Amino acid sequence: MSETHEASVIRERMWMKALRTAGVPLLSVVLAMAIGSIIIAASGKDPVAAFGALLTGAFGTPEKWAIGNFKAIGDTISRATPLIFAGLAVAFGFRANLFNIGANGQLLLGSIAAAGLGLALAGLPSLIAVPLILIGAALAGASWAFIPAILKAKVGAHEVITTMMFSWIGLYLTSWIIAGPLADKTVSSQTPMLPEQVWLPTLDKFLPALLRVPVRAHLGFVIAVALAFLVWWILKRTTLGYSVRAVGYNPLAAQNGGISIGITTVYALCISGALAGLAGASEVLGVQHRMFDEVSAGSGFGFTGIAVALLAKNHPIAVIFAAILFGALSAGSSMMQLVANVPDKIVTIIQALIIFFVGAETIINWLIKRRQKLALEQKGATDVE
Amino acid sequence: MPVLELREITKVFPGVRANDRVSFALERGEIVALLGENGAGKSTLMNVVYGLLGPDGGEVLVDGKPVRIRTPRDAIDLGIGMVHQHFMLVEPLTVTENIILGHEPSRFGVIDFATARAKVSELSARYGLKVDPDARVADLSVGMQQRVEILKALYQGARILILDEPTAVLTPQEVRELFAVVRTLVAEGLSVVLITHKLDEVMGVADRVVVMRDGRVVGETTPGQTDQVGLARMMVGRDVVFRVEKAPAKPAEAVLEVRDLVVLDERKLDALKGVSLTVRAGEVVGIAGVDGNGQRELVEAIVGLRRPKSGSISLRDKDITHASPHATIEAGVSHVPEDRHRRGLVLEFDLAENLVLGDQAGPPYASGGVMHTKVIDETARTRVADYDVRTPSIRVLAGALSGGNQQKLVLARELGRNPDLLIAAQPTRGLDVGAIEFVHKRILAERDSGKAVLLVSMELEEIMSLSDRILVMYEGKVAVEFSAGEADAERIGFFMTGGAKHSGSAATAPKSSVAEAGAL
Repeated sequence: MSETHEASVIRERMWMKALRTAGVPLLSVVLAMAIGSIIIAASGKDPVAAFGALLTGAFGTPEKWAIGNFKAIGDTISRATPLIFAGLAVAFGFRANLFNIGANGQLLLGSIAAAGLGLALAGLPSLIAVPLILIGAALAGASWAFIPAILKAKVGAHEVITTMMFSWIGLYLTSWIIAGPLADKTVSSQTPMLPEQVWLPTLDKFLPALLRVPVRAHLGFVIAVALAFLVWWILKRTTLGYSVRAVGYNPLAAQNGGISIGITTVYALCISGALAGLAGASEVLGVQHRMFDEVSAGSGFGFTGIAVALLAKNHPIAVIFAAILFGALSAGSSMMQLVANVPDKIVTIIQALIIFFVGAETIINWLIKRRQKLALEQKGATDVE
Repeated sequence: MPVLELREITKVFPGVRANDRVSFALERGEIVALLGENGAGKSTLMNVVYGLLGPDGGEVLVDGKPVRIRTPRDAIDLGIGMVHQHFMLVEPLTVTENIILGHEPSRFGVIDFATARAKVSELSARYGLKVDPDARVADLSVGMQQRVEILKALYQGARILILDEPTAVLTPQEVRELFAVVRTLVAEGLSVVLITHKLDEVMGVADRVVVMRDGRVVGETTPGQTDQVGLARMMVGRDVVFRVEKAPAKPAEAVLEVRDLVVLDERKLDALKGVSLTVRAGEVVGIAGVDGNGQRELVEAIVGLRRPKSGSISLRDKDITHASPHATIEAGVSHVPEDRHRRGLVLEFDLAENLVLGDQAGPPYASGGVMHTKVIDETARTRVADYDVRTPSIRVLAGALSGGNQQKLVLARELGRNPDLLIAAQPTRGLDVGAIEFVHKRILAERDSGKAVLLVSMELEEIMSLSDRILVMYEGKVAVEFSAGEADAERIGFFMTGGAKHSGSAATAPKSSVAEAGAL
């Protein structure tokens, strides 16, 4: 077989694979929208108008090119940013076959670290302060995942239970810090405003010529996208990523190859926690510029991150697009309520439906695999034993 | 008139013509062996007969009448029974409960156990299938479980019995007993199809042999008309070397030393009760034994997957008793695990990724935590070529390869590392004749290049043909040691089943059962 032919066959196969992989998530989104339309129509509203408004809210309109569009797209991107971080966090865990369902707790620890460090490092120049804060937030998130990771590695305690429990501890711990040591003197349930030099600047500051209006999208988005590529590279090209994937796919074979399942678990869950911590820091430094008490505010980005990871099938690059979709749905929902008079909760229903269909695909795939396996076993190949 | 006749059966799987116009007839009171390599289409054909697969063409006749068999229930109703390679028994239930499952005799909705038990006992006595009807299946040996499967088919009224690779899991003694039962069955008027790829069985028990290759029937003969060499040629399509030619071993210094090793199993019981053995450079030490007598625990302890309770393991005078799997690999131990899917390969990884498993963390494949894809791919291409792994590319996932190619992949990785000690557990399990030949040659090549080889296998034939010394394990101990020349299947089998222990008197034990350590 000639090398070029082989290469072309492989390339073709990779395309097929990519299509097949992306096909079901895309189909899930379309199906979810379709059912969402039916629900909207059933409640006596016009689905076309509703989705039109949603699109306008998320991406702007063709007529009003420029100003309105930049604001809308900026809004979508700003809402997608924490979801990219959180989606990467959950996806990384999944690659090691770990379900970091408590990413939200690690995210809150990252937020509070960012808020505390932001106030403490007020005197330093931005270029030093911001990286330090981000590193601190990542460490805070990682530390919150560390104990569940150790428990998993040493005694096999399931991470779904332990990270979830730590998520609640994190919620009330940060709530206490916001009410006590870091309380704003004037308004309750929030920390004081951070000094402007530790903010993640909005993107219009970098591209004033192109973006002539202030937008909500901030530098965190660029960091998130860069991080997605970094995570992809780590998984694909480093020994750590190799270990993570090997343990995720087949821990027994990994162990046979000298990879420590315990150490890999600790690394994977802590990295997942660090990414979640960055999600919190990005929100605090880029959007809120302070931290609100999540017990009352409850944004739950960590949980939406699970949905993003599922839709992206744990592929770091796909996480970017899945997060933007969820960001767009969220950004467009208020316009939908305003213009088409459709409650913005319909967006939550659509998000749930997307996850439902993506989940159903796993079931379908499992069934297909099982059938293929049965067929293989019966093919006369007694290879299994 | 044949009791079972197949005409032009065709079954197509995506990309494979598993059965291509296969015709086959079985007479009453006859034992027909369906012989062929793995993947030749034997099991597919019989699964069509048993209603597990629908044919894409052709017809099935029972007693001369065309029938349509859509489900196993249809087959059972027509008097066709099948014993699968993997038993389909409910382990916590008793023998009787398993046998009547699906055909429970009942009175007013309550199972009539008295009738059931009586019928089971009667069948058991009539066909010489001795088994305790009240024993729990989980407590029975594999051979006994197989009897339960056969009884179950008979209970359901089978006149035609299909046995799929029935001897794969049996000891030589159990094989003889099984064949005695099969002869009783045909004497009583039943007809038996024996699916197998073992030539000696065919010669020993079959009345007629139908040979399949690549989904077609390539020939038909009787044991009287041919011999094993002739059968192998028909089956593989070329001449096959049975006993790999090997030069006498030149054992040198001790490489692996195991002393008084005690290892626990999952239930915290002693699986190894003080095992000592030595493997020298340039020799193959074979470990024979029935599955579950401590072989797995021995291997896992040596490669660092299981922590020994006491005793010591050393490799070239370096203590590796408590070494991690990684440290063991570094020390020069390669391990071909008994289950390539569970332990040997990451099926979702491509070939190149699989070929560096175990060496991925250091030079030349990685430095500073970053993997050198180019080096990895180049090595992978070389290994794939050297070990004749049939694949269109190294980017193919390991799970997509056939069993033989997967095993070559594992060998390529483990031997490519150039180890001091090779531990090969069940290295040819589930492989066909051609692949087995390849694996055997490679193992002997390792020996001849001065490596120490520890071979663990359930296949006596394999142990005898490769080993320079043979240890038989029974209940966590080395029961006996033979040197290559003095062992035959009978004597090894005797010790595999605890013969020395249960016979009570040394007089009944075959001669030279005394350990002759290193007597070469």
